[in-house]
Amino acid sequence: MTDASLATSGAPARKGKSLVVPDARTKRRNAAETRFKAYGVAAIGAGIFFLVVLLSAILINGVGAFQQTFIQVPVYLDPAKLDKSGNRDPEEMKKVSTFGYSPLIQDALFAEVQAQGVDTPLDSAKAMKEMISASAAAQVRDVVLADPDLVGETVDFQILASSRVDGYLKGRVQRADVARDKNINVEHLDLTDALREKGIVARRFNMDFITGADASESRAEQAGLGVSILGSLFMMLVVLLLSLPIGVAASIYLEEFAKKNRFTDIIEVNISNLAAVPSIVFGILGLAVFIQFMHLPQSAPLVGGLVLTLMTLPTIIISTRASLASVPPSIRSAALGVGASKMQSVFHHVLPLAMPGILTGTILGLAQALGETAPLLLIGMVGYIATNYPDGVASGFLDPNSAMPAQIYEWAKRADPAYYERAWGGIIILLVFLMVMNIIAILLRRRFERRW
Amino acid sequence: MPTLWLVLIVVALGGIGFVLGRGRALASAGGDNRKLHSLPSYYGSNVAMKTIMPAMGVLVLWLIVQPFFVDATVSKLLPDAAQSEDTTLGLVMSDVRRVADGLDFAVAEGLLSPDEAQALDASSDNVRETLGAAGVALGSDVSAEVLNAAQRYRVLSATGRLFMSALVLVAALGGCAWGVKNSHMDYRARNVVEAGIEALLVTAASLAILTTFGIVLSLIFNTIEFFQRYPASEFFFSLVWSPSFGGGSELGLLPLLWGTLYISVIALLVAVPIGLFAAIYLSEYAGPKVRGVAKPLLEVLAGIPTIVYGLFALLTVGPLLMSVFGREGLGWMQAGTAVMTAGLVMGIMLIPFVSSLSDDIINAVPQAMRDGSYGLGATQSETIRQVVLPAALPGIVGAILLAASRAIGETMIVVLGAGAAARLSMNPFDAMTTVTAKIVSQLTGDADFSSPEALVAFALGMSLFVITLGLNVFALYIVRKYREQYE
Repeated sequence: MTDASLATSGAPARKGKSLVVPDARTKRRNAAETRFKAYGVAAIGAGIFFLVVLLSAILINGVGAFQQTFIQVPVYLDPAKLDKSGNRDPEEMKKVSTFGYSPLIQDALFAEVQAQGVDTPLDSAKAMKEMISASAAAQVRDVVLADPDLVGETVDFQILASSRVDGYLKGRVQRADVARDKNINVEHLDLTDALREKGIVARRFNMDFITGADASESRAEQAGLGVSILGSLFMMLVVLLLSLPIGVAASIYLEEFAKKNRFTDIIEVNISNLAAVPSIVFGILGLAVFIQFMHLPQSAPLVGGLVLTLMTLPTIIISTRASLASVPPSIRSAALGVGASKMQSVFHHVLPLAMPGILTGTILGLAQALGETAPLLLIGMVGYIATNYPDGVASGFLDPNSAMPAQIYEWAKRADPAYYERAWGGIIILLVFLMVMNIIAILLRRRFERRW
Repeated sequence: MPTLWLVLIVVALGGIGFVLGRGRALASAGGDNRKLHSLPSYYGSNVAMKTIMPAMGVLVLWLIVQPFFVDATVSKLLPDAAQSEDTTLGLVMSDVRRVADGLDFAVAEGLLSPDEAQALDASSDNVRETLGAAGVALGSDVSAEVLNAAQRYRVLSATGRLFMSALVLVAALGGCAWGVKNSHMDYRARNVVEAGIEALLVTAASLAILTTFGIVLSLIFNTIEFFQRYPASEFFFSLVWSPSFGGGSELGLLPLLWGTLYISVIALLVAVPIGLFAAIYLSEYAGPKVRGVAKPLLEVLAGIPTIVYGLFALLTVGPLLMSVFGREGLGWMQAGTAVMTAGLVMGIMLIPFVSSLSDDIINAVPQAMRDGSYGLGATQSETIRQVVLPAALPGIVGAILLAASRAIGETMIVVLGAGAAARLSMNPFDAMTTVTAKIVSQLTGDADFSSPEALVAFALGMSLFVITLGLNVFALYIVRKYREQYE
């Protein structure tokens, strides 16, 4: 409006040029303004683009791990091979190792292929070996030992297909690559296609990936994350039990009792510096102090928990202090005014009011600890194959185990590409855990947050 | 677990003490708690505290000191002959410890009677097989000296534990009796209990100092040991990094430092422009709606664990770069793991770090400065470039330094994405390695630190600690100094 009125009056200094029509300099400045704003939008766009790429890479690569290829096959449990004495004594049947079971399964698959009338150049049971996971024999053996009376009958089994067959169905193993692969031939892939049409080979949801144990390098199809989830759980218990009381006690001292002196300053500087020390240095500390010096067992969740406690303590102390500081001084004065001691005013009034904030900070600290990998590498949680479930609470803390991020790292390092898929899948599980923890923290904050 | 039992007994004694102290104080006031100085439960807590705290102190102290004492005594028993050229006292002692633990374990499992374990003889009995049967694997046959030392070790440990249990119980009972005796209506129980609690709070707060001490000591001792086996000048100035566990390795820091800095610089080149512009847009241009969505989304990037970024570098970014710069493309890249791969991914990780720190700092610039600039006719971008950013510059530099220290200390991305070969090269598509990656590879799962190849990890850790600490202190100094300007 002002522009318009100015223009009509015809400013003499501008010699006939209208103010409505921007001159070259204004154009330049406006263009610079637009450009600058565009840089900002582009930067945010780039950040979100990276996030989307990262998350979609995880999803696209990882979802496959939750599905696994199974072969449905009726296995004749031959008494002549499994129970030579014929008295169904489990103790005696234990002497038959998995090597005794493998031929039975191969025969069964061969018979099934013949019965279905599938045309294949594979003309013996032995040639079917590459189709079947090496874990199938153990699976059948476990069922037989649990119920010896099954011997002599024909039982339907859902056995795992080998990781190559699985990879073929998921598109990871290409026909062109198979020529160089000594673990599978093109004939096997043809047979897989044929059996898939008959419904004998099928992909199903694989619960064992979430609950199962890790497997050796050659059995990618069998590996699961369950044992390392337990390892992480025990570590988080240690972190929670130690870092919450210690962190709260330290924060109460620093926020409520500490006098402004040299000692307090040193502690504060220490805490802020510890929060920025690279996590691998905490791993070195754990290795030198807990393992080299105190001779605690290697790879144990207890040691991992101790290291992660030291690492998360600064985070927890910083957030706890913030929530203690947000409790208004009038609460303290009121408590002191009715005769409470300083200690009583803090423990009976300030601490309960600060509790939601403290818990939120603790959960976020735990989430950070759950995803941390580097210190665990140094205390021996890598290279250890977590195949056994802990048998009890003490064993859970003290026996060697892995942890979720360490297990993912371990899989990422293995040579077989089938393990990459499992590493991505493991990341999905890890991120789900982290997401749940963060959502709990946000809900806690929303539910209990108080504005004074 | 005798230690656990001991702890439980002490805690139970504390519980009994609580009841006794409370009762006695009330009795002294004739059952009228108005006559007491403190609330009755404080008298109980006073006794419980005096029972538990000294006893636990003794227990912890003893558990820390005893191994030293036993080790020192036992290692005197070992003749010099047991330390041949290729082993050290530390290795022999760990053998001794393993044999002693194995014997204890065998006795606990019932495979050996205590007398049989005592009477074992290295020349006639096969100790290794006996222990093997108990599930304790030994690396070599047990010599007479080692077995002898192990027996001595067991005896000393057992008597030590006996004394410890006795002393802890005496301390607990004594504390309990002292507390109960004090429990009288005029006793200032609350003040005593509160002083005790405050002592606990101080202890918890001092743990931060203890942790720093632990880090510094564990690094220093092992670093000194490393420099005794390997010349310090070689470590700091040699241009070659080629460890070989057979000996004759060259352990130069410079190639690793070069890789670390190169990757960090690339990461910062990605993170700083994106993070800074994102922060400027969010704090100066974006409305509350856009801010409410974009800011949390960016911060999700900060919450993702580094192992995820590592895998992303190894399996997604590496192959992607290979298809452009690799053999089929421009031919600059030999393998998917390279400085560029790790740097790019680390840059993505650092974006929210830079943006949220800069956001805080830009928001802290007073509105009056912006208004002044607008009043003079500057456009918004001119205001930001010529007024807001110069005012926020020290803070932003601090934020960038903090991000740099993050990048230098980052481990998982470089372990998975940067490669393993240490080289001094200018090509960002070459594989290089970093200080942190080498700490991991030299130290993973290794318990016997006697070779320079393993010990070098501590010297690397020390260098890393000093560099990141220096950067942090400098950054915090700048940020703090800046903050005071506008307050």
